Amino acid sequence: MSTNSSMTNGRNAFWAFIDGIRDRWASAPVWQRWTVYVALFVIALLLPSDSLGHVMSPYSDWASVLFFPIGTYVVLAIGLNVVVGQAGLLDLGYVAFFAIGGYSMALLGTKLGLNFWEILIAGVLLSALSGIVLGGPTLRLRGDYLAIVTLGFGEIVRQTAENTDAIGGPRGIAGIPHPPSIDGIEVFGVQIFHYGVLDPRPYYYLLVVVATAIIIFVKRWEKSRVGRAWAAIREDEDAAEVMGVPTFKFKLLAFAIGASIGGAMGVVWAGKTISINPNDFLFMLSATILAAVVLGGSGNIPGVILGAFLVAWLPERFRGLSEYRTMVFGAALVALMIFRPEGLLPSRRRKAELAEGTGGMGSMGAEVPGPEAQPAAEGAAK
Amino acid sequence: MGDLSGENSGIVIPPSNGAQLAVDEYNATNPKVKLEMIKYDSKADPTTAVSLAQQAIKQDKVVALVGPAFSGESKQVGPLLEEAKIPSISASATAVALAQNGWKYWHRVVPNDGVQGPAIADFIVGAAAAKKVFVVDDKSEYGKGLGDAVRGQLKTKGATVTDDALDPAATDYSSTVTKIAAAKPDAIFFGGYYAGAGKLIKQLRDKGVTAKFFSADGSLDKGIIDSAGAAQAEGVLIGCPCRIPTAAETDEKVKKFATDYKAKFGADPLIYATEGYDAMTTFTKAIATGATTADAINAAIGKSDFDGITKHIKFDPNGEPSAKSIYMYEVKGGQIGLLGDTTTAKLG
Amino acid sequence: MFDNLLGSFWPYTIDGLILGAIYGLVALGYTMVYGVLRLINFAHSEVFMIGTMASAFVVMTLGITQPLTGFALVGGLLLMVLAGGAASAGSAMLLERIAYRPLRKRGASRLAALISAIGASLFLQELFALVIIPHVFNRPQQGRNQMGVARIMQKDTLFTIGGAQIRVDQVLIFVASIGMMILLDLLVNRTKIGRGIRATSQDPETAVLMGVDIDKIVRVTFLIGGLMAGIAGALFVLQFEVTKFSIGFLLGIKAFTAAVLGGIGNLRGALVGGLFLGLIENYGAAIFGSGWKDVIAFTVLVLVLMFRPTGILGESLQQARA
Repeated sequence: MSTNSSMTNGRNAFWAFIDGIRDRWASAPVWQRWTVYVALFVIALLLPSDSLGHVMSPYSDWASVLFFPIGTYVVLAIGLNVVVGQAGLLDLGYVAFFAIGGYSMALLGTKLGLNFWEILIAGVLLSALSGIVLGGPTLRLRGDYLAIVTLGFGEIVRQTAENTDAIGGPRGIAGIPHPPSIDGIEVFGVQIFHYGVLDPRPYYYLLVVVATAIIIFVKRWEKSRVGRAWAAIREDEDAAEVMGVPTFKFKLLAFAIGASIGGAMGVVWAGKTISINPNDFLFMLSATILAAVVLGGSGNIPGVILGAFLVAWLPERFRGLSEYRTMVFGAALVALMIFRPEGLLPSRRRKAELAEGTGGMGSMGAEVPGPEAQPAAEGAAK
Repeated sequence: MGDLSGENSGIVIPPSNGAQLAVDEYNATNPKVKLEMIKYDSKADPTTAVSLAQQAIKQDKVVALVGPAFSGESKQVGPLLEEAKIPSISASATAVALAQNGWKYWHRVVPNDGVQGPAIADFIVGAAAAKKVFVVDDKSEYGKGLGDAVRGQLKTKGATVTDDALDPAATDYSSTVTKIAAAKPDAIFFGGYYAGAGKLIKQLRDKGVTAKFFSADGSLDKGIIDSAGAAQAEGVLIGCPCRIPTAAETDEKVKKFATDYKAKFGADPLIYATEGYDAMTTFTKAIATGATTADAINAAIGKSDFDGITKHIKFDPNGEPSAKSIYMYEVKGGQIGLLGDTTTAKLG
Repeated sequence: MFDNLLGSFWPYTIDGLILGAIYGLVALGYTMVYGVLRLINFAHSEVFMIGTMASAFVVMTLGITQPLTGFALVGGLLLMVLAGGAASAGSAMLLERIAYRPLRKRGASRLAALISAIGASLFLQELFALVIIPHVFNRPQQGRNQMGVARIMQKDTLFTIGGAQIRVDQVLIFVASIGMMILLDLLVNRTKIGRGIRATSQDPETAVLMGVDIDKIVRVTFLIGGLMAGIAGALFVLQFEVTKFSIGFLLGIKAFTAAVLGGIGNLRGALVGGLFLGLIENYGAAIFGSGWKDVIAFTVLVLVLMFRPTGILGESLQQARA
């Protein structure tokens, strides 16, 4: 299997090195890991510095870019990863939940005058509910049907917003309130709790805190009974069902969790952005986030974060290429999938699954023995 | 700032060129303070526009901004410029709501859709004497807003209004066309951009619907003739708050602008080119008075009172232009020609 | 609300059927590739776009400004269809070679193939917007804008049904699409290569054991799917006389929906699904307004799948024969 041969293959020395680091990491004591976690959190907070900005984003404001697209994509990718990477369900309409969160913030904020924190809770509940409403009737469908149904759902949500004058129609909603500010707390010259218009950094810090909370939650789920059930479902749903795993219930749970993460991000994003309209929630965003998940290594949170970061950051960094950047991005996706179909940093468990079969995502039908690969016969038979 | 490379760049490049021309002319007079124009390509995406505006304010330290070109991005960038106290003049953002935010540093040189829509509606019931009008919009922020403005005014004038919407990205408009054919209107108004307008006109004419077709600034582009076909587009009427130099130009000032523009960019000045020039001229005049800081420039703009190429430039306190003329254009023999001011123009 | 539909029932029906026929032709490509590879060929919408571009290119190079008649018309139409079909079939096979086969050989997951398809789709769109339309077509203004195509045939009314005027071009499009689908059906059900396709879609391993050259079958599948999309592209240009770099996107999604509606993997299902979707869209637009078209289409999709999880005609190429 080509995916396993990376250790011995000289061309793949770099990946072997990465593997070595991951081996060390897997056996590192708890205190060392926590030190690294805390260090990463601090680094995340220090990212929006100007000196870094000149290198990372010479064409547009670095701190703004860090909030959107980079930070936003990262959180969305973590959420979609629960659905796609962990439970193995293909969702092509993830943007719908982001939209529901965004519209919750906009509507509850402007019409009912609730504050940001109240709406955050409401938005999460609403999008989780919409995940259940969508998942209820459709999760019994097989993989690819689910893909088109979710794609349809994403479009239904967007176009309904577009056609409904009561929620602004194509004009969307303007004058969305910001989170309540706490003034006067200054760290290194930044008013870290002042949610105004001009300085994007407070929003970015908020995002980092929300993202950290989400990562902790998702990690705990992954290691719990729920995570094991998801793994069983994505590896072989029928077998899992036979072994007494209530697959439908767990799939629905994955959908709801993914949806609520998307919704939470929608609320945070709308809290900064002043006005939203249906065109902020195009299918392209769903596809981009999915690309981020697969590119990074679906199922593995650090991988997914890396994937989202690259997908968001590269087009901003290379604004210099201007017109050609989307074209280059498209070609890069194809190339990456050809040379590293499992993603940049795949989860080790998924990698093992991939080595045996196809990691639950199903193989393409006509698997043919190639010069370097054995047929993934188990997957092909289905 | 605006969409310099995206789908709607046809509406943004001409004013950007116009502005460039104004800057070059100003610098050619060897003033004390030379100006540098930096372009920001937002692709009409509001979020991108915000990041770019932040870059413009913090890194490039601009003192004034021509743009943003579209209303959607203006809505997002406006508060930012307001807090940074950077004056802006848009040559093409026409949404009504923009002027209602109380922004002090925001201006535009074109009358808004609340002026444009009713003026066209008046023309439809007046000069074109239509009683039954079918209004279609393209579900965009611009198209819907304009469509609603036209619908409202038509109703107050006593015309019967039926309506529908279409998706500009789609190609098959047969359901809309069938609906129009069934309603048998005297006139049709389309609120949206030219790509949608062109396809709609063609499919209407192919179905044998011959009612007069009206549209507005978003459709004022040669592309409308290209996609509809010259035969089908014949007689289409398009309103616009803009003044475009045409081949048969009589106004000396406009003529000179058209010649200079062509010499520099190798193309005829199109939609909002003159407005882009006027917007930039407003800044250069303000700067010529000795104002160099953003605040002083803003104060000077507020006092502007001069004849631009297309109109007298003077701003109301909310940033709206005082001159509110809407012009009507007609497609004839595959060319867009000026018919005149909507209040006075007659149908031939 | 309903009087609109009842008042113009026939026009809505006719337009729906014609649009549906084009959906059906494009849906064939999705359904065949899915049948053989279990892969959603996301870039198929771009294959369709290339078909429209190629036939637009023919009209442009022939320098047509006036509608043609007689033999010139027949020749012009044939050229358009040939160019569209050839360009699309070629690009579909190239796509398979570059973006899918390497993944297949490495046993990559379908998800990876899907991302590769999305990447290829982006690349092709941009390629046309930035390189081909401005430089090859020599229309620098229209890279990202809609491109009008000259009228090649006179669109006269042929006859009327219940107040609906039916034009020559509409009849041509409908007949051509249905004809192509019947031909394809015969090909798959009656020929040796068709048997290979059916065998592979049923059970690839056994097919290999039986001596079926799977690589060849996959190539042929992409070739046929591309050919159909290219013909659909030519017919599309004939009817609407416009094209654009992103024209495939919406149509692709609709065609894929049609394929799933009819029962993905099922050739006749593609036709049934296409026509059904075309009609539903137009009736829905008549009742609720054209703005709701897509919402209605997708809602119907969800409903159909809830009650018939494998689509209207069921899934496999095999069942369709019964």
